[in-house]
Amino acid sequence: MAIAKKAIVWGLFAAGGTLTAFVFPALIALFLVIATGNVPESLQFEQIHAFASSWLGKACLFVVLFLSVWHAAHRLRVVAHDFGIRKDALVANAVYTVAFIGTVLAAFYLLKIS
Amino acid sequence: MSRRPYNRPMSTTTWYMRNSRYKVYVLRELTSFLVAFYTFLTIFALGALATSPERWNDFLASQQSTAMIVFHGLALLYFLFYQTFPWFKLAPKAMPIHLGEKKLPDSFIIVGHYVAWIVISAFIFWLAGVI
Repeated sequence: MAIAKKAIVWGLFAAGGTLTAFVFPALIALFLVIATGNVPESLQFEQIHAFASSWLGKACLFVVLFLSVWHAAHRLRVVAHDFGIRKDALVANAVYTVAFIGTVLAAFYLLKIS
Repeated sequence: MSRRPYNRPMSTTTWYMRNSRYKVYVLRELTSFLVAFYTFLTIFALGALATSPERWNDFLASQQSTAMIVFHGLALLYFLFYQTFPWFKLAPKAMPIHLGEKKLPDSFIIVGHYVAWIVISAFIFWLAGVI
């Protein structure tokens, strides 16, 4: 059981690492563009709402958010250990609970957009 | 087994300061905070998008400041040099591609990752209407 669970967590970590490496620079750049005040046409409400309403848009957003949040949770658990926090069970519960909440919120908001 | 094994004194909180390789490892691992931050920022944005056009515009307005420009700029550089590029560098080790008896040269896999990254980024920028 422990081995089976580890394989799932490791799989999410690896997939999330690859995905974030490829996608996050562009995502951060988009937030940078927004911060400058030059919001592109496709990020205005009508258009981004239409994108998030489509099933393809929903699927893309959900996969990115789901893998990223579990990737971050797994690594933050290790980071906590690296900085001398030796209560692994507590840390694991905390980070995976937050990842679960993030997953549920992402799914809830995406389903709400229609 | 020795009854009193020697335990090398080591700090559990500052051990990585002893060695530059460890420092790079810790700097790399700290990008996980950025992943968490931007994931939740995007989820927060989705919440605004799911509520109303006004909330979405409020969200966009709340993100526009010089401080955020500086933060995102630094975050982007940090993420590129401590997550994206190292991840591409280790890709040939993580998934070596064998062609019969031979192995595909590491440089092919690494260059392939950079090309794919540029294509994916361009696609996202095109989708977002930036280019």
